[in-house]
Amino acid sequence: MTVVHVPSPLFSYTGNRAEVKATGATLAEILNDLDRQFPGFKFRVIDEHDRIRSTILFYIGGRVTRNLLDFVGAADEVHIIAALSGG
Amino acid sequence: MVALYVGTKKGAWIFRGDGARKKWKLEGPHLLGQLVSHIVADPRDPKSVLMAAKPGHLGPTVYRSVDGGKTFKEAAAPPAFPKGHKQSVKVVFWLTPGHASRPGEWYAGTGPHGIFRSRDGGATWESVDGFNAHPDRVKWFGEGEQGPPDDPNTHSIIVDPRDANHLYAGFSIGGFFESPDGGASWKPLNKGVAADFLPPGEYEYGHDPHCVRISPAKPDRLYQQNHCGMYRLDRPGDAWERIGRNMPKEIGDIGFPIQPHPTDPDTAWVFPMDGTQVWPRTSPGGRPAVYVTRNAGKTWKRQDKGFPKSQAWFTVKRQCFAADAEKNVGLYLGTTSGQIWMSRNEGEKWEPMASHLPPITSLESGPRT
Repeated sequence: MTVVHVPSPLFSYTGNRAEVKATGATLAEILNDLDRQFPGFKFRVIDEHDRIRSTILFYIGGRVTRNLLDFVGAADEVHIIAALSGG
Repeated sequence: MVALYVGTKKGAWIFRGDGARKKWKLEGPHLLGQLVSHIVADPRDPKSVLMAAKPGHLGPTVYRSVDGGKTFKEAAAPPAFPKGHKQSVKVVFWLTPGHASRPGEWYAGTGPHGIFRSRDGGATWESVDGFNAHPDRVKWFGEGEQGPPDDPNTHSIIVDPRDANHLYAGFSIGGFFESPDGGASWKPLNKGVAADFLPPGEYEYGHDPHCVRISPAKPDRLYQQNHCGMYRLDRPGDAWERIGRNMPKEIGDIGFPIQPHPTDPDTAWVFPMDGTQVWPRTSPGGRPAVYVTRNAGKTWKRQDKGFPKSQAWFTVKRQCFAADAEKNVGLYLGTTSGQIWMSRNEGEKWEPMASHLPPITSLESGPRT
């Protein structure tokens, strides 16, 4: 199971949890499992063409990625980062 | 009981008034912090309320309530373009309940331009491919990010109360379009409408309707507030008449919303804003006023009693002027400075109803409850 760190705008899906666990060998598989656990989660961060929304960043094991097919290693943690904005 | 559904840049509120519309109970905020582009109650079922929302960082969606707006649940399948479409939905901008004969049917307009339909009260949404995949789409709307500063958006989706398959929709920018077959085919309906921002000429499409409303009392009549003037169209005619030419010259005929009377087809209200030079889009001269026509646009009367007399720079967006269905029609204006102004007597006198809300993005009167 991979530990996934979730930003506060997504807490309404995770029951206010900042840290959840998901299964998958790639970022795409991790997101699919999160969507299974928390329906609607994936569409908040990925658009209908499987593109990462412009206001979202993913880190795998501390490395930023924009590729959903990147592998997630056994020891890797995933961070989901929502862009900061003012106003 | 009159209900007013208010969307803002930071969530939604519902106002419920007593019979005299003197006391209002305020409910909310709902979805605090989310941009609520539109919140609409279903005239066929007042327990059903839909809300188009988008948290700043996350994708757009629709929330629905089946308990009259007490609680909201996210749609299981929000509006999204099908695979193969080049664009993705950035915002759900507009919601329209479907025909009275089709309970549970709703339409949504998006940015970039898109039309979606729900047949289950907003729980799941399907692409109206007759529009979204139309072969002339690029010709009508361009390919990239052309459009207003807040992105292009689809609005003013209208269902003819006499024919469930007769639809209209407005596109900023792109023009006003009509479908005779439930969205399977579309054609522009812009004859007579100015497009002063384009090189001189007559254009079939490419216009900028800001708000189009059908007269509930006479569904053959449409009123339009355009980027370039105020218009009326009487079907089956297809040429708009610029009724804004009859507005006082010093005020002009620029604005966002237009609101027809619920029972008198010759009466409509507008809220003019400054469309000179860099388009401040604020009350001309800092003196807010509504203008009403009682003769389908031949003449206009200023209605400013109760509004500040100076230094009041209201901006009222296209979904932010509503009328209720009471005997003395109540009117409601929502400003981007977070105020709601109301009139209990068809605009003769105005008073502030709420202040200190976030910038108001939509305001709709709901069915009596």
